[in-house]
Amino acid sequence: MSETALHHANPTGFAHQFEDLEQQHEAGRLGMWIFLATEILFFGGMFTAYTIYRALHLPAFVIGSHLLEVQFGATNTVVLICSSLTMALAIRAAQTGKEKSTIIMWLVLTMILGATFLGLKLRFEWYHDYVEHIVPGFGFVYRPEWGSLAPSVQMFMCFYFFMTGLHALHMVVGLGILAVLVGMAGKGKFTSQYYVPLEISGLYWHFVDIVWIFLFPLLYLIGGRYASGGH
Amino acid sequence: MIFDVSIDATINAAVNGTMTTNLAQHGWAGLQTLAAMFPLQPPVASSIAGDIDRLYYLLTVITLFFTALIFSIIFYFMVKYRRRSNDDRPPDIHGSLVLELAWTIIPSLICVVIFVWSSSLYIRAYHPPANAAEVFVIGKQWMWHLQHTEGPREINALHVPVGVPVKLTMTSQDVIHGFYVPAFRVKKDVLPGRYTSFWFEATEAGTYHLFCTEFCGTSHTEMIGWVYAMPPREYAEWLANNENDEPMAQQGERIFNHYTCNYCHVPDGSGRGPSLVGIFGKPEKLSNGQSPVVDEDLIRRALMEPNSVPVEGFAPIMPTFKGQFTEEQILQLIAYVKSLGSQERANAK
Amino acid sequence: MSTATIDLHEAPAESSTNYLNATYGMKSWLLTLDHKRIGMLYLGTITLMFLVGGIAAVLMRLNLLEPQGALVEPDTYNKLFSIHGILMVFFFLVPSIPATLGNFLIPLMIGARDVAFPRLNLMSWYVFITGCAFVLYAVMAGGVDTGWTFYPPFSSSYSHSHVVAAALGIFIAGFSSILTGLNFIVTIHKMRAPGMTWFRLPLFIWAMYATSLIFVLGTPVIAVTLLLLGAERLLHVGIFDPAIGGDPLLFQHLFWFYSHPAVYIMILPGMGVISELITAFSRKKIFGYSFVAFSSLAIAIISFVVWGHHMFVTGQSIYAGLVFSVLSFVVAIPSAVKVFNWTATLYKGSISYEAPMLYALGFIGLFTMGGLTGLFLASLATDIHLNSTYFIVAHFHYVMVGGAVMAFLGGIHYWWPKITGRMYPDLWARFAAFVIFIGFNLTFFPQFMLGYLGMPRRYGIYPEEFQVLNVMSSAGASILAVGYVIPLVYFFWSWNYGPPAGPNPWGATGLEWETASPPPTENFEHTPIVTEEPYNYPTAEVASE
Repeated sequence: MSETALHHANPTGFAHQFEDLEQQHEAGRLGMWIFLATEILFFGGMFTAYTIYRALHLPAFVIGSHLLEVQFGATNTVVLICSSLTMALAIRAAQTGKEKSTIIMWLVLTMILGATFLGLKLRFEWYHDYVEHIVPGFGFVYRPEWGSLAPSVQMFMCFYFFMTGLHALHMVVGLGILAVLVGMAGKGKFTSQYYVPLEISGLYWHFVDIVWIFLFPLLYLIGGRYASGGH
Repeated sequence: MIFDVSIDATINAAVNGTMTTNLAQHGWAGLQTLAAMFPLQPPVASSIAGDIDRLYYLLTVITLFFTALIFSIIFYFMVKYRRRSNDDRPPDIHGSLVLELAWTIIPSLICVVIFVWSSSLYIRAYHPPANAAEVFVIGKQWMWHLQHTEGPREINALHVPVGVPVKLTMTSQDVIHGFYVPAFRVKKDVLPGRYTSFWFEATEAGTYHLFCTEFCGTSHTEMIGWVYAMPPREYAEWLANNENDEPMAQQGERIFNHYTCNYCHVPDGSGRGPSLVGIFGKPEKLSNGQSPVVDEDLIRRALMEPNSVPVEGFAPIMPTFKGQFTEEQILQLIAYVKSLGSQERANAK
Repeated sequence: MSTATIDLHEAPAESSTNYLNATYGMKSWLLTLDHKRIGMLYLGTITLMFLVGGIAAVLMRLNLLEPQGALVEPDTYNKLFSIHGILMVFFFLVPSIPATLGNFLIPLMIGARDVAFPRLNLMSWYVFITGCAFVLYAVMAGGVDTGWTFYPPFSSSYSHSHVVAAALGIFIAGFSSILTGLNFIVTIHKMRAPGMTWFRLPLFIWAMYATSLIFVLGTPVIAVTLLLLGAERLLHVGIFDPAIGGDPLLFQHLFWFYSHPAVYIMILPGMGVISELITAFSRKKIFGYSFVAFSSLAIAIISFVVWGHHMFVTGQSIYAGLVFSVLSFVVAIPSAVKVFNWTATLYKGSISYEAPMLYALGFIGLFTMGGLTGLFLASLATDIHLNSTYFIVAHFHYVMVGGAVMAFLGGIHYWWPKITGRMYPDLWARFAAFVIFIGFNLTFFPQFMLGYLGMPRRYGIYPEEFQVLNVMSSAGASILAVGYVIPLVYFFWSWNYGPPAGPNPWGATGLEWETASPPPTENFEHTPIVTEEPYNYPTAEVASE
């Protein structure tokens, strides 16, 4: 079986170690799913530690949760869900052979939504928390109304910043990937036959979204809100 | 009699041993010396040591048997089936379900036997007898503080009576340590912020090594000491000679009153805090629905984070005592509450 | 570069261009996408890390010649055993067979041109050496003294050593493991040659597949754990600090959740190598192929649920102890099955005694012993006495050194002709194997006895009565060290002056032997088509051609 046939007529980035494009695409998809499995274990370790501490220190976690800006968290949830929609639409556009400008439009919209998420988080949540002295390790101040639960409230905020911080880092990487995809789309690389990079990047983006879907209620909605004298 | 022998002492013993004229004594002394020079086990000095040794030797026999079996089969095959020429044609063997089942099931059965034997030994050794004498241990970098309930304090040393179960309740002041007495075949990690415990019953009088067995920093190897097991009468004498401290429960009571705990924790239950009479070792109903058993850990948590153990029927107004008590004082308070445990429970408010 | 002298298979077309001489220069190596060259880059790196970790061991054993410590201060000793553990576990054993032999052989064995993601493969090496750089920096800047297990609160709040640098090094190197594992899984799933069904794969591939599962699922957990530890140390936030409501035992659970499967990362590839060596040097099919294949998967899966046996003395509940104990017994069974199958493979084989076979046979014996001593530790009652003593040290060195390192050496010797196109002097190799075997047993057998007598581990100063056994152990270590140096010498000689090896000097089956030695960059002149079962050596019933 000649291995040189597909080598040189090669606008679609065919890699020589594969036999054909289909094998390459399947490999790409499987690779991304395995990578997502590692990410699940990565966040999973964090979620496990969080779950254990929540069980041990529930009252403190309720206090901590009520310190968070739930309106921004909720807004960001909607923003991220929309960005998953625009990402899916970008893939759909490629799949149905739309103009590259359409693909680019959806990708850019995804990026804008992602950047909105990060911007809201940075400016209105994290910076606000810093000013209020509830960022552990950066001038955390115990408040008298926390009483003996203060150290555990700090623990909650640790987890909050760790988990949302790791998530945000993944978002930033995702934005980078999207920028690369925009560049590729600009060069006309995506056709209805070949859109695997969009597909696997979409998988990654959806994963990051799903992590947030878990993070939001676990962090922001402990102990109920707006019930019997909520925050 | 000191069981741990130095090289010099054993050589002396060997020399002295061979100075006797009786030939049989020669031989026996020689063997004893050899055994002393190359002991296979630490002294058998606790009620469980002999059992553990027996299990250990069974495991050793199994290990040596299977290792020897595999080695000899391999050696035999290596010789018998060595290549004679490049035209050798081995038979076309893929496997044998019977053999696979056999060498899966037989090792599994062996494992079951070991597991059952070992676990029953473990379960038997897990819970201390009700009449165990209690000693409290605080590990810190790099020494052991011990205090008997009767009062005497020791550093890097532990005197215990032979034939009496002794329960050690331990905590650390800093990092994780480990309390290990090889002669008793017991070991437990010592953790900061909580209590761990284990028990033993010494069966042979003697002096035995105590080692710290969880790496804890620069002088980890110096966090060692001695356990002195003494016949009960000698132990009682030792206690009497060392009672320059009051019993722990009494020390605890003084702290309890000094810090005005008695203002809220009134014995008859009429105070702003729950009565502590008769609560130790029994479940206590909390306002969050749980009913944990009152043990050392719970009392410690109540002192450090009172809001985490809100007793039902009482307002959560107890202040935290974090940073106000040393670990020793906390243990003394616990001993005091334990001493109230034998009395009848007062009615709650 | 090579002309075949002995050929037991049809010689492929003569070619003087192979992966070693296809391109020259540093850049062609540092920017290579060839899995074979990347395997060699890894080989150089891990050999260096092994030497540094080995020097630490030599200094430790010298110090242990005397009860009061013959050589170094306690602080230094603590740093030595920590460095030894960290380097040997994370920077030698974990990557050893997978990143060197695995990278080199997997595409060859399955008939592919390269792994699925060659650029990711190269990146994994750069990530690895970045991790090495951080940890070597920690060593040179003054060391780390927490033990390779980094237990808090000591590591987070009390140690004055370079904990963060070392933890960061391990964290970074962990990503290299994840990328390697990911690459291997996709490669094995997607890039097998036509006719190479799952049950025609060499057992080395099954073992590497199982190992890769652990790579991708276990490593992320240690990554997160070290991240949390580093944050606690740098920011003084109390995740594992009891003073602020944290739990030091949570660290231990998270740490061992990876580190126990990690020990199977270290042994499974070795077991895969042994399957190859036993069949090749007895010229016989493996006995019980599917049992050996599935036992690798079983070990990988069960390895994730036994971590609690490292924590029997921490005060866990009696039920947790019982559950972890029974599961730890269960995980021993598949390993036993393998040992029996390897032994049965020898039956009526045609056995030769070259160095790789000596290593394989040594492995089987020593791994049996090391594995059986694991039962002492799975058994709750004896573990209480033996935990944290030299018994543990002896146990894991028997499986790691008597097992994994001997398998690694056996594999390197076996595939050396394929990798370099040259033979090494087999008499010297057999001699070195004997020296290693003897030195190893003299070093570590006395440690079993020391452990039962009660000598704790991580002690640089010990009671006098333990001296005789310690001196024996140190004497053995000096012999072992000599044994390790000998191969370095003759491999270096072989690289420059060794006689050329043909495509298949051992007369073994397997796709890797059906191409030139060294292979061309593309591995095969033509994509192979597989029609036979694995290890299809000529047998008595079938007339050979």
